[in-house]
Amino acid sequence: MANRIQQAFEKKGKNLLNVYFTAGYPRLESTVPVLQALTKAGADLIEIGMPFSDPLADGPVIQQSSTVALQNGMNLRVLFTQLQDLRSTVPDTPVLLMGYLNPVMQFGMENFCREAAAAGVDGVILPDLPLDDYVAEYQDIFKRHNLRPVFLITPQTAPERIRRIDELTDSFLYLVSGPGTTGGANTQAEGVQEAYFQRIEEMQLRNPRLIGFGIGDKASFQHACQYAEGAIIGSALIRALDGVDDAPAAAQRFVQSVLA
Amino acid sequence: MTTTYQQPTERGYYGQFGGAFIPEMLYPNVEELRQRYLDILAEPEFQAEYQQLLRDYVGRPTPLFEAKRLSEKYNTRIYLKREDLCHTGAHKVNNTVGQILLAKRLGKTRIIAETGAGQHGVATATVCALMGMQCIVYMGEIDMERQKPNVYRMRLLGAEVRAALSGSRTLKDATNEAIRDWISNPVDTHYIIGSVVGPHPYPDLVARLQAVISEEMRKQLLEKTGSELPNYVVACVGGGSNAAGAFYHFLEEPAVQLVAVEAAGHGVNSGHSAATSVLGKPGIIHGSRTLLMQDEEGQITEPYSISAGLDYPGIGPLHAFLADSGRARFISIEDEQALRAVAELSRLEGIIPALETAHALAALQQLGAGPDDVVVINLSGRGDKDLETYLKHAETLA
Repeated sequence: MANRIQQAFEKKGKNLLNVYFTAGYPRLESTVPVLQALTKAGADLIEIGMPFSDPLADGPVIQQSSTVALQNGMNLRVLFTQLQDLRSTVPDTPVLLMGYLNPVMQFGMENFCREAAAAGVDGVILPDLPLDDYVAEYQDIFKRHNLRPVFLITPQTAPERIRRIDELTDSFLYLVSGPGTTGGANTQAEGVQEAYFQRIEEMQLRNPRLIGFGIGDKASFQHACQYAEGAIIGSALIRALDGVDDAPAAAQRFVQSVLA
Repeated sequence: MTTTYQQPTERGYYGQFGGAFIPEMLYPNVEELRQRYLDILAEPEFQAEYQQLLRDYVGRPTPLFEAKRLSEKYNTRIYLKREDLCHTGAHKVNNTVGQILLAKRLGKTRIIAETGAGQHGVATATVCALMGMQCIVYMGEIDMERQKPNVYRMRLLGAEVRAALSGSRTLKDATNEAIRDWISNPVDTHYIIGSVVGPHPYPDLVARLQAVISEEMRKQLLEKTGSELPNYVVACVGGGSNAAGAFYHFLEEPAVQLVAVEAAGHGVNSGHSAATSVLGKPGIIHGSRTLLMQDEEGQITEPYSISAGLDYPGIGPLHAFLADSGRARFISIEDEQALRAVAELSRLEGIIPALETAHALAALQQLGAGPDDVVVINLSGRGDKDLETYLKHAETLA
């Protein structure tokens, strides 16, 4: 049976918007209201960031939101408690958890997957989890709990490695748009990025692709959608939540501005 | 299974510690390094160039000095391996000379590094000047303040010093920023990590480049004592590069007691400490599974030490394995004990040690070495960079 992630791609086919936000940001209790607002505004997939003290792949915006979320008291126990009624209000939108390996390891991979599945989470993105370790140690746990791993692909990822990544999941491929951490501007020469996207497209992979890193508004979203089934926005949404009184309303306005 | 401490597995494991936990953006660079480092290190031309620079530029071999007055005080035979006499004032340059030659062979043109006390930053800026390569050094904002002379030295050598402003604004955060730079510059840049930390193959690479320390010790001990093997080898551990170099050729000699000295800060249980082997649990930091100071949720906690070079919440995976297996004995030394050791060595032997090194010297009190024992202390660096701190603590040092 197709999972919620696959169903979302089958239903819409193209121009899918995946949004990332940090759990417990801007306030500890913001997680679920923001998630509901994003769905209501038309986001097709949601990534909930699990804050970590040392987020190596992230730029300053997500780093800062993680620091605030941790100060607010966010941790995996709190997050899973917040998400226990997730599927009563957000029945169909795929939800993924994204974060770093160390907090998950301390929680225990088996416990983590069990709790995530019980909450109705569909996929997990752990950028510092090596492919070999996933296959050797965690694949069975993921499968038992019906969770999909999502792996990153960059312009430097070799074709045979892309094929291997494509075989390891039934969800989507996360195409990192270019060199850099999250939230950075595209500094590549014109045409370089497009050539990379086209090279991946020509590989005729099993999984659909979402482009992330450096996508932040309607124009960059639409541009990315020409080269993949959709795109991922994170840092720009976090910035839109910074310092506002009504975070869910700001989240909703942000998604509407991208989809307008 | 026979354990070897010198040689990690193909995937970079020492027991349960090591590996390469890195985001995909770093994979091609780290994988290229993994596939090529052993071959490059073994090339005769590489070795010729490396050995020549160690001799003519770094000033190796460094002396093994019998510290007679210190020996008298502790009623044992103490030898100091004078890494403080290396060009740039610490052992760090052994590694940067090797890695810059490696970077050239990998076709890289831009060098990045992290630094805590500034010694690795200076050693990197130095070899970049020598080779005409662009150099960017990341340093925690707090460390830039407490190790000002080294910031000036790096700039004088033509390096750009960038402040790490996140987290505790010390070595851990400087390393985060260097890794982020490498993610953003994956093609032309080589990251010269300064310690035996990071994803495989870095811990093994840096240990091999520092191994010259113990290689020389064995020859010098044979000359001076009639035996290549001492009873004790003592070194301080932040990430653990000087200790890895000092231990390397003794790792498989069970008769030699290896003593790793960590910074206890204000006290191991004070909440202001960097004694990772006591306070750490297995976890992942900077791409390596090792012992790590963290809270129950797996968030990395802020370490503390008066010494910027020991102020790191992890230790290299080799050292985690040495602690876990019991091969090395770990001792923690508080700020004040280290400061007193600075004064002691200065007065007794006319050598002003770095604050990091002073932790190893302070361990003499707890060592329990007998009158016939031979103790080698790795004098990893000189104290010039710490004069401002020493001035501030003039009363303790009086």
